[in-house]
Amino acid sequence: MINTMECAVDAQSLISISLMKIHNSRTQRGGIKLHQNLLLSYVLRNARQVYVKEKYAEIYRMQQYEEVMAVCNEIQELDPLDVDAEDAEDEEQARRAARCGDEASPCHRGGGAPTHGRAAAALFGCSSAPEDGSREPDPYYYYYYYRSCCMEAPPASHCEQLPASTGTGTQHCNKTTVLDLDTHVVTTVENGYLHQDCCRCGYDALQRGQGAQSAARKRKVEFSCCASEEEVEELQDCKRAKREESSCSFPGLDYTDTSNISNLISIFGSGFSGLLSRHADLEQVCSQQVLASLGAWTRAIVAF
Amino acid sequence: MDSDFSCSRCGCPDNRDPLQQSLHSARWLMMDRGSVNNITMSVKAYAVKNTDFCLCLCLPSFYFKWVGQNDTHATNRCLQNAALLSVLSAKLRLVAAPQEMQLIFLGAKPDIISTVEFNHTGELLATGDKGGRVVIFQQEIENKNQPQFRSEYNVYSTFQSHEPEFDYLKSLEIEEKINKIRWLPQKNAAQFLLSTNDKTIKLWKISERDKRPEGYNLKEEDGRYKDPNTITGLRVPVLIPMDLMVEASPRRVFANAHTYHINSISVNSDDETYLSADDLRINLWNLEITDRSFNIVDIKPANMEELTEVITAAEFHPLQCNTFVYSSSKGTIRLCDMRASALCDKHSKLFEEPEDPSNRSFFSEIISSISDVKFSHNGRYMMTRDYLSVKIWDLNMESRPVETYQVHEYLRSKLCSLYENDCIFDKFECCWNGDDSVVMTGSYNNFFRMFDRGQRRDMTLEASRENSKPMQVLKPRKVCAGGKRKKDEISVDSLDFNKKILHTAWHPQDNIIAVATTNNLYIFQDKVN
Repeated sequence: MINTMECAVDAQSLISISLMKIHNSRTQRGGIKLHQNLLLSYVLRNARQVYVKEKYAEIYRMQQYEEVMAVCNEIQELDPLDVDAEDAEDEEQARRAARCGDEASPCHRGGGAPTHGRAAAALFGCSSAPEDGSREPDPYYYYYYYRSCCMEAPPASHCEQLPASTGTGTQHCNKTTVLDLDTHVVTTVENGYLHQDCCRCGYDALQRGQGAQSAARKRKVEFSCCASEEEVEELQDCKRAKREESSCSFPGLDYTDTSNISNLISIFGSGFSGLLSRHADLEQVCSQQVLASLGAWTRAIVAF
Repeated sequence: MDSDFSCSRCGCPDNRDPLQQSLHSARWLMMDRGSVNNITMSVKAYAVKNTDFCLCLCLPSFYFKWVGQNDTHATNRCLQNAALLSVLSAKLRLVAAPQEMQLIFLGAKPDIISTVEFNHTGELLATGDKGGRVVIFQQEIENKNQPQFRSEYNVYSTFQSHEPEFDYLKSLEIEEKINKIRWLPQKNAAQFLLSTNDKTIKLWKISERDKRPEGYNLKEEDGRYKDPNTITGLRVPVLIPMDLMVEASPRRVFANAHTYHINSISVNSDDETYLSADDLRINLWNLEITDRSFNIVDIKPANMEELTEVITAAEFHPLQCNTFVYSSSKGTIRLCDMRASALCDKHSKLFEEPEDPSNRSFFSEIISSISDVKFSHNGRYMMTRDYLSVKIWDLNMESRPVETYQVHEYLRSKLCSLYENDCIFDKFECCWNGDDSVVMTGSYNNFFRMFDRGQRRDMTLEASRENSKPMQVLKPRKVCAGGKRKKDEISVDSLDFNKKILHTAWHPQDNIIAVATTNNLYIFQDKVN
């Protein structure tokens, strides 16, 4: 088991730091360093394992305090590594899509998406968006990481449309082209829906004031290097004001970065779906599914 | 501008300020980047006169232009490409210590040093830097009237080995940084070395010219052709001595064989072939043939999703021309025999030490990744360097190393911060001494570590200007890992992680070591009896 005692940062910030490094490595001189990115993916995997383990412990605790969940409405924090997952089939589909670059883009996941607002986790490619209005009370935390992803959201009108559309994903914000270094195969991943997901989830979460705190433990929003305390305040203001558009700007990230990050997200989207295990079926969130997505990460990294 | 001062050693006119002048006489000098402009003028002044830039000038990463300079013979020592930028040669000197331990000598190299390598006799020391340049230093035995100076390393040749390139297909820039230099054994008067960047390997020939022909019949001395009608007689051109000129010319370019970044090259003991290794493949080349190479190791999985490890270093056995090893990012070393099959994907031996489960952390995979592998000179052992330790393996025992030395175990609790500032990805190299009794590797804060295998003792030394002066004994340093810090100890928190020593080299016969900090090259020497 990974000994986390010595580590000053927890799994979540480690993940965000790692993803930032991966993002930065895309733009550095000399091209992608395969070795370094491979090591980064190992750190990501380790952090994920620890996080998932902690999450399960937490879920278990939370199930003990179900009554407390219903009380808490106010969003205090958001947590991206939400255990709610899309279907395995969605994941499969996404992976196939990314792999073959076929038309079954991750956008069209539709159907079996769970009802929880996946919110934030821009980085984690909120793969499934809330489809309908009815929601179960969400016991989990949400988290905003790279909200710049949401910044690139389509105009507000889109977001209004989105709740209506159920996973048609006809609007394509972005296409990402990945090139395998070796075979020179070009793969196109359509990731527009992911974008909208992020925004939508964000808005939904905002509007519904979702999120819950466990009585047992309050998790502080821990940002990686990018965010500041002001962000958190602003975030909460956003929620209260129910603003249409996400107005938080990320210090240090300009628009081109957001597009890059959103590309990154889209690529990771299919992979990160594995991060999120099923809500309904704790037992089934076995390492197979979670670790199955490791390959997607690696592929994403290598495919730059 | 010109002063009356002239160097007692070489007689060159020196027109710098008094402090620099005295330092010059004292034979060593450090100049900071700020004073480069001062140097420009003075260099021009004496450059013409001296082929031997006797100035122990240390110029940190700086080039300057020769403007209107007549650089014929004078600059041949350091300038091969006078068109644009020039490097002032720095003279490196070794001063022997009257007492125990080593002595320092300061030298500098332009740009960040990325590789250091002695040749097979130790007479030449090559350094490669991030700007694609190679600087070669030559050891010269000092004259007898100053017996306390054992030897000097002077700049012998400087040339631009690699230029930045652009891969249009992938829209990637190819860095010109020299990743590795390897010398070929000398066969004739010229010296040969291989230098490589991320994608291309080049074979360079370094040759001396100290004579030039004179007395052509058809040509004037400056090269113009004579009018045939003016020729009245015939004579045989003669070779007359000239100032030594060292030329470097690329003899072979081995390109387009690697998709990923080349991390190692290694010359075979058969003197005909060499290998080059990138993250996933190892290619075997013939030194004469540039348009073909054989792929002997390929660990690229059919499905890149299943990629779990990459090749981090590779080396030929020093004596057996059929054997080579390659290390992986997972901490394993594979020994392969080329006689077994054409493709050496199946290893003959696999060296792996089981991981200690109590030490597992987020970063276990990173710190177990091997950054360097080196055979001992006798071919019986090999040494591997991972982030925190140096391990020595007996080639006959695959299950675990025979010796393990902790380089900076106090960093184990700091892995998180080292991960954040990217230091955890630093690739340290290691080296053996001539008789394989001592191994050396670098660390942070400009420290480097030596492990004496026989006497089971280790030493930490520092390569820095402040702590090292000529004729001074190097003091062993100690890092305080925790608890009460004793006097003269450095605490872990005050270590400077920007000052790292990644590249070190040991003279193949003598106790002379070359240690490269970020911008400077230090040469240390054992005491002289």
